[in-house]
Amino acid sequence: MTLTNNPPATKPTLTQRGSSALGDRVFSWWTLGTGLLVLAILGLILITTVREAWPAFDAMGLRFITERVWDPNPATGDAVFGALSFAYGTAVSSLIALLFAVPVSVGIALFLTELAPRRLRGPAVTVIDLLAAVPSVVFGLWGILVVAPALVPIYQWMHDLLGGIPLLGRLFGPVASGRNFMTAGLILAIMVTPIITSITREVFSTVPRADKDAALALGATRWEMIRGAVFPHSFGGVVGAVMLGLGRAMGETIAVALVIGGATNITANLFAPGNSMAAVIVQQFGESTGTFTAALIGLGVVLFAMTVLVNLLAQVVVRRAEARMKGSVA
Amino acid sequence: MASNDTNLTTRPSVAVHAPGTTVSGADSADSSVMQLRDVSVYYGSYEAVRGTTMPIQQNQVTAMIGPSGCGKSTVLRALNRMNDPIPGARVSGDVLFHGQDLYAKDIDPIQVRRRIGMVFQKPNPFPKSIYDNVAYGLRINGIKGRLDDHVEEALTKAALWDEVKDKLRKSALALSGGQQQRLCIARTIAVKPEVILMDEPCSALDPIATAKIEDLIFELTNDYTIVIVTHNMQQAARVSHYTAFFTAEVDEAQERHGRLVEFSQTGKLFTNPADKRTEDYITGRFG
Repeated sequence: MTLTNNPPATKPTLTQRGSSALGDRVFSWWTLGTGLLVLAILGLILITTVREAWPAFDAMGLRFITERVWDPNPATGDAVFGALSFAYGTAVSSLIALLFAVPVSVGIALFLTELAPRRLRGPAVTVIDLLAAVPSVVFGLWGILVVAPALVPIYQWMHDLLGGIPLLGRLFGPVASGRNFMTAGLILAIMVTPIITSITREVFSTVPRADKDAALALGATRWEMIRGAVFPHSFGGVVGAVMLGLGRAMGETIAVALVIGGATNITANLFAPGNSMAAVIVQQFGESTGTFTAALIGLGVVLFAMTVLVNLLAQVVVRRAEARMKGSVA
Repeated sequence: MASNDTNLTTRPSVAVHAPGTTVSGADSADSSVMQLRDVSVYYGSYEAVRGTTMPIQQNQVTAMIGPSGCGKSTVLRALNRMNDPIPGARVSGDVLFHGQDLYAKDIDPIQVRRRIGMVFQKPNPFPKSIYDNVAYGLRINGIKGRLDDHVEEALTKAALWDEVKDKLRKSALALSGGQQQRLCIARTIAVKPEVILMDEPCSALDPIATAKIEDLIFELTNDYTIVIVTHNMQQAARVSHYTAFFTAEVDEAQERHGRLVEFSQTGKLFTNPADKRTEDYITGRFG
């Protein structure tokens, strides 16, 4: 601190205050700076990817997102780059993942916070967190070598059993191989379960003892207590956890690339091979040039936009649901 | 007892046998709805409260007073098995409700709490609307269909209806502390328990809100039996018919145990206590 800024030393409190104010200033600049840095990085990623992808956007126009054909090297005519099939693959595989992962994760989290004996909690949490530490390529290889072949008979059985039902049966069409939307979704489900579990567990553990006591004192069973006290308290946090899991599922690259089958395909049949945006990028980037490269980067932009959109949507859902559940404030 | 019997029919089948099947003898002489006989509460191997024997009289307010750590809240929570979820908590002796030991093997704590409700120290409404807070207890008690009348009745009894009738869909958390506590009382009486346990229900409230709750407690004795823990002696003197004075004693092994010192009619306990320790406490020489 410079003495010139301060009044004479007759007011010692002022000079002491000066040093703590410096701490405050540094802190506020540091946090503001890091906050802005995140925004800057996001903005730069968006700008550079859009610029790099521009040749493809320019060539395809809006068809880049409405076109289902993806043909970088056609025998005749211009290359066609349509992201729709892959966007569909990303959406379907991620949705399947959530369909399986969310109930399982919420169940595990409830078990760990409400039911499990104290001795069991620590080890169980460690095991689940370890699942998050497995590299995705390991999941991919396990998926392609073990899971996919093992699931074929089950898929076949489900097709025989359910394939005949009108409309619903279309989801369970003919099985070509074990590498398809369903397998990709299942592998993704295993991958996102630890994330969703560990965050929902944290959220559930913040429910005040007083709220749970209130429910129990009214004669609630454990399940009624969970529905009445735990869920309303944690809804927003659980949706946040699911969104984080969804983000991971949508962005997952190598594991999906290995098990989704690698076909440009939009079909209701969950047992058909397809492809996802992230998987296509990793499969084809090495051999691409020019507009082809631009188109792959364009897939990245679409994926980015989809993720942002889903997250915004989730925020709206949370706000609506909480207003309905908790009653409007004020 | 007639009103209690009709209450029972609105509830799913109750695990406790019909009142009086295992008669305790002692408590049928007076009008006690509950009876504690040599009740001790343990946390693990630690004996938090030692040998408590006292009755809870029907349609009366019984206050439990005493210095911090004397075990009064612990005893209160033993009355509807709210200590059950605490790991290691254990009760010995008999907590009798209509002569039935609440800690007997075949007793379902869920059913116990449906008949013996509880209001807590800090107002703890659910993060739901005012309406849903009251309706929650009704729903889990299997009352279906339109709950409006039940909700209105409970809120009216809790002296809250006029203040909230135009904002039933608003969040309960937007209410003031005193209103929240009355909502918690409404929520409790909505399920029509016989006994309401109150654990320092006014300690987080200002004097005006406290006065409202005290008036309410008096009103509620028409329909309910009330047990209230309070650290406020004046409050005990104002609202209760009977008072139990607890204190903490240190034994040979230097462990503190809560202990019931004196139980009697409130007027007698405050004007003519039988025990020296009670006298010291109420005259402010201790605690």
